[in-house]
Amino acid sequence: MNDQNSRKIIAFCCSNCASSAAGISHKLNETLPENVEVIQVPCTGRIEVLHMLKPFENGADGVYIAGCQEDSCQYISGITKAKKRVQHVKKILSELGIEPERIEAFSLSAARGQEFVQIARDMTDKIKAMGTL
Amino acid sequence: MIVAEPKPIKEILEMVRDYKKILVVGCKGCVTVCNVGGAKEVGILASTLRIAARKDNREIEVGEHTLERQCDPEYVDELKDIIDKYDAVISIACGVGPQFLSERYPEKRIFPGVNTKFMGGAVEHGIWAERCAGCGTCVIHYFGGLCPIARCSKSLMNGPCGGSAGGKCEVSKDIDCVWDMIVKKLMKEGRLDDLLKFRPPKDWTTARDGGPRRLVREELVK
Repeated sequence: MNDQNSRKIIAFCCSNCASSAAGISHKLNETLPENVEVIQVPCTGRIEVLHMLKPFENGADGVYIAGCQEDSCQYISGITKAKKRVQHVKKILSELGIEPERIEAFSLSAARGQEFVQIARDMTDKIKAMGTL
Repeated sequence: MIVAEPKPIKEILEMVRDYKKILVVGCKGCVTVCNVGGAKEVGILASTLRIAARKDNREIEVGEHTLERQCDPEYVDELKDIIDKYDAVISIACGVGPQFLSERYPEKRIFPGVNTKFMGGAVEHGIWAERCAGCGTCVIHYFGGLCPIARCSKSLMNGPCGGSAGGKCEVSKDIDCVWDMIVKKLMKEGRLDDLLKFRPPKDWTTARDGGPRRLVREELVK
């Protein structure tokens, strides 16, 4: 496993928008970095603060949420709630002296397969620059 | 309910810095309802402590337990079989909880994980406001069901002060002037004259001024 892959990143992805984007990226032969582990959820609004903290507790160096665009969430406000919780987790990380940028939330539509992969690559580069937690 | 807020993580970490086996204890009462000290928040605090330990490359063991209530001895007893495994306990109940734990388990270091704020309720999702000062002699029926003791910044009982403007208190634009509310409500009900009735001074001996209070209900005492 190379150095980049050793930085484990957990990606919580909405099964509507982000996962459709993942499907499109697959058709484009674009692959996610190996260090990114995708966990599909029916809606990012279900991702609680504890879900976002657990990966850090269990060895991950970064976490991100990929959900719908705020005006097109199938469950109305899922990604909006998730983004608020991400802000809360950023605050907790800051209080612990950990870079808050280790957790992020992104909105993307089902058609943006290339962006889905680019987000994973950008997060990987960012976490790699920060080093292990 | 009793409303509380989490203590800053740094303060909690400083409290338990010297301990390696820590038990986080929640309460299913008020603090669960105000999202600060229930099972979910026990998990969040425990996880946060473990992440802090990971960052500092320290080995710690953090246990999690949530009691039905921390303000009743029979529920506090539930910890007797697990508390010995830990060096320190963080209670995230209101200020009553860690005191009951301290009294029941005097040999343990018990730390408060929240700051207890007031008796109140949720006015919006995520926003709580004070409603009761626990004065021991409720008089809200004289004031249209609104408490001037808890909700007036000066606890005035004879009308608004000069700091009331536009329905707001001079202390903060976020504080409604309760006397403005009382007067408007009684005017609407056609009962404004009720405020002119002579009432003797309030009995404050039932309030906190008389020292720590104790309540005995003979019919319930075993």
